[in-house]
Amino acid sequence: MTAITADQLLTRVRDLLAAHPPADTGRADFLRARFDAGLAWVHYPQGLGGLGAPRSLQAVVDAELEAAGAPDNEPRRIGIGLGMAAPTILAYGTEEQKQRFLRPLWVGEEVWCQLFSEPGAGSDLAALGTRAVRESGTGDWIVDGQKVWTSSAHTARWAILIARTDPALPKHQGITYFLCDMHAPGVEVRPLRQITGEAEFNEVFLTGVRIPDSHRLGAVGQGWAVARTTLMNERVSIGGMRLPREGGMIAPVAAAWRERPALRTHALHQRLLQLWVQAEVARLTAERLRQQLAAGQPGPEGSGMKLTFARLNQEISGLEVELLGEDGLLYEDWTMRRPELVDFTGRDAGYRYLRAKGNSIEGGTSEILLNIVAERVLGLPAEPRDDKDLAWKDLAR
Amino acid sequence: MSDAFDLLYSETEEELRSAVRALLADRCTPADVLARAETGRPHDPELWHTLAAEIGTAGLLVPEKLGGQGAGHREAAVVLEELGRAVAPVPYLTSAVLATEILLGLGCEVPEAAGLLGELAAGRQVCAPALPLTQAPGAPLPGAVRDTGGGVLTGTVTSVADAVAADVLLVLADTGLYAVPAAEVALTPLVPLDLTRPLATVTLEGAAGTRLADPATARAAVAGALLSGAGLLASEQVGLAEWCLTETVRHVRGRHQFNRPVGSFQALKHRLAQLWLDVASARAAARAAADALATGAPDAPLTVAVAQAYCSGVAVRAAEECVQLHGGIGMTWEHPAHLYLKRAKADSLALGTPGHHHALVADFAELPSP
Ligand SMILES: Cc1cc2nc3c(=O)[nH]c(=O)nc-3n(C[C@H](O)[C@H](O)[C@H](O)COP(=O)(O)OP(=O)(O)OC[C@H]3O[C@@H](n4cnc5c(N)ncnc54)[C@H](O)[C@@H]3O)c2cc1C
Repeated sequence: MTAITADQLLTRVRDLLAAHPPADTGRADFLRARFDAGLAWVHYPQGLGGLGAPRSLQAVVDAELEAAGAPDNEPRRIGIGLGMAAPTILAYGTEEQKQRFLRPLWVGEEVWCQLFSEPGAGSDLAALGTRAVRESGTGDWIVDGQKVWTSSAHTARWAILIARTDPALPKHQGITYFLCDMHAPGVEVRPLRQITGEAEFNEVFLTGVRIPDSHRLGAVGQGWAVARTTLMNERVSIGGMRLPREGGMIAPVAAAWRERPALRTHALHQRLLQLWVQAEVARLTAERLRQQLAAGQPGPEGSGMKLTFARLNQEISGLEVELLGEDGLLYEDWTMRRPELVDFTGRDAGYRYLRAKGNSIEGGTSEILLNIVAERVLGLPAEPRDDKDLAWKDLAR
Repeated sequence: MSDAFDLLYSETEEELRSAVRALLADRCTPADVLARAETGRPHDPELWHTLAAEIGTAGLLVPEKLGGQGAGHREAAVVLEELGRAVAPVPYLTSAVLATEILLGLGCEVPEAAGLLGELAAGRQVCAPALPLTQAPGAPLPGAVRDTGGGVLTGTVTSVADAVAADVLLVLADTGLYAVPAAEVALTPLVPLDLTRPLATVTLEGAAGTRLADPATARAAVAGALLSGAGLLASEQVGLAEWCLTETVRHVRGRHQFNRPVGSFQALKHRLAQLWLDVASARAAARAAADALATGAPDAPLTVAVAQAYCSGVAVRAAEECVQLHGGIGMTWEHPAHLYLKRAKADSLALGTPGHHHALVADFAELPSP
């Protein structure tokens, strides 16, 4: 079978638009029809929102639909589902799981969150201690433990969850990956207020939560391998956003510079130009990575993009606060809100500055990512480590 | 946003790279470069002949009907990456890029220019533009050379790169552009920071040249050539930085202190990971510049300024890290790290400093100074 061409895809897009004119079709209905036509993520298999087409052709579809005024699935609102849960379910899910979860995930009817980090397991995620014990008789799993920093847990319908199923094995073994119903009894979500004043992430307490074995993803004890798929996708999706020139964090700074000449100083000009250039180079680097992926030569640049993105966001938002002078002393609003959206660039400069501090922590800290680049890309030796072969239950805590 | 630009390497470009790399691995090792540099005559004419004529790299920018390869800036950029990786002492940037682009900028109606282009493209002659190496695109052009009548030129140009290897110089005078045989000028070689790209002061005292263009055409052609030169220099800087990174990684993996490879210490791992990231970013910036020049994109001047503002710093830092992480060896004359540091630093002054290119970015992106 030869791969579908751009022209054939465009025909499908036009057929979809003809059968479901966006102007008189409900938003969710349109998105469901788009999924069923294989135009959701074209590189996914047929029947699962795709057509097995080259990934690069998605841009063709998106542009055509945007031009026709079709609704999108608010990718930023459902970023964890799209970026992390979906590729993992696609890679490890049973046929039933793929059929059950991928469509509502993509349409945005079911929001996902990620129950990975714990108070005792952040960078060292494999040290996690949330327990899942199999109930004899039903074969269900009973989960007890605590997760933390869980973005969107308050809006999520489902979670990807990793839990320990065998404490006698070394920490990377004995972990199992589950799909957890956030409405199940025993799941308690408490807002965790953050540096910006709002509560975009949460603590999640799991007490006797029952998960049927049909919601296990991958084999028992294989959870670390499954989680690595999620984490790899997380890094690419955080760093790999496609922006126009002067898009992203640099946009409001450049705008302020142009609109308010009174703010200009020579020292700020130098810093602005340097960051403008760096932002443009980062954009080109992300574009080059995208072209490599589309050409089927996945380069190691992916893990690096998130590092650049985090550093630049922090430096640029820091410059913005300074540039604003007296206005930089102000903050829009400290009310504790529970936003539906993880928003890096929204609101005012103070918010951007504070939220950007999380960019080098969430999704793997910059220190950990530098280790990954050094070891996997440059082939430098790993740190000496003494925890690899110890049973998890014997680790220092 | 347009998808027209291509930041990858094509198969033909990779083949060209392999050919150039194989030649340099064979005939231009760091030991060779150092040995020649010490003689004060760094150029290797035989190496140049093979590179320029046999592999055909000198004519990449020249259309086939004028005797060239009819390729373009993307291909020339790949050659420059490899020349940077080898700190090769060949007049590629000066003759095959700058001088060639000036001549191309005159249009093919001038038979003398077309004839000289053919000679350069075939690698039969080397031509140096009589401009200071620091001459930047967008900066005022020097006006020190005067025509005292009938194409007899008088004046002095400082810091001219590769003039000692040139058969012909392209001289910008008040009355236009002239091709001047090397025999007509006096060269005073200077002691350069970069041992691999020799500099000289060019003195014309009643030198006779062939007038190729009027002042306006000449200035436009020179401005265009400086833009291309600056854009392609970014690729030389990427190749240079990549050599520094690769050699440093190799060294720290093998060098043991405290009973471990020094490359297993996180302080070094993080520095090298960051450097890798910078080199990967520099590559994207340099590719964008080469591609914009190749396609004549309207935003080419901005893309070139971005690449130059960025890549100079990366090359210098890569070379500085290379010296530092090699420890004492990195400070020795025998180890080639210094050749790279000297080239990187000189390159950061060549064709506009990062500061100059930042100022150009300010103009193009409409971010005015206070
Ligand atoms: C805004 C935000 C949203 C988040 N959302 C989610 C979510 O939705 N779901 C989820 O599961 N998690 C989420 N996280 C958690 C995030 O993944 C962790 O915070 C992160 O992995 C770091 O773990 P930690 O907080 O335990 O820090 P620690 O691991 O305790 O690290 C503390 C410091 O030590 C450094 N460090 C640790 N180990 C090393 C090492 N080997 N070498 C060098 N330095 C080291 C770290 O870089 C850091 O600077 C979120 C975090 C933030 C800030």
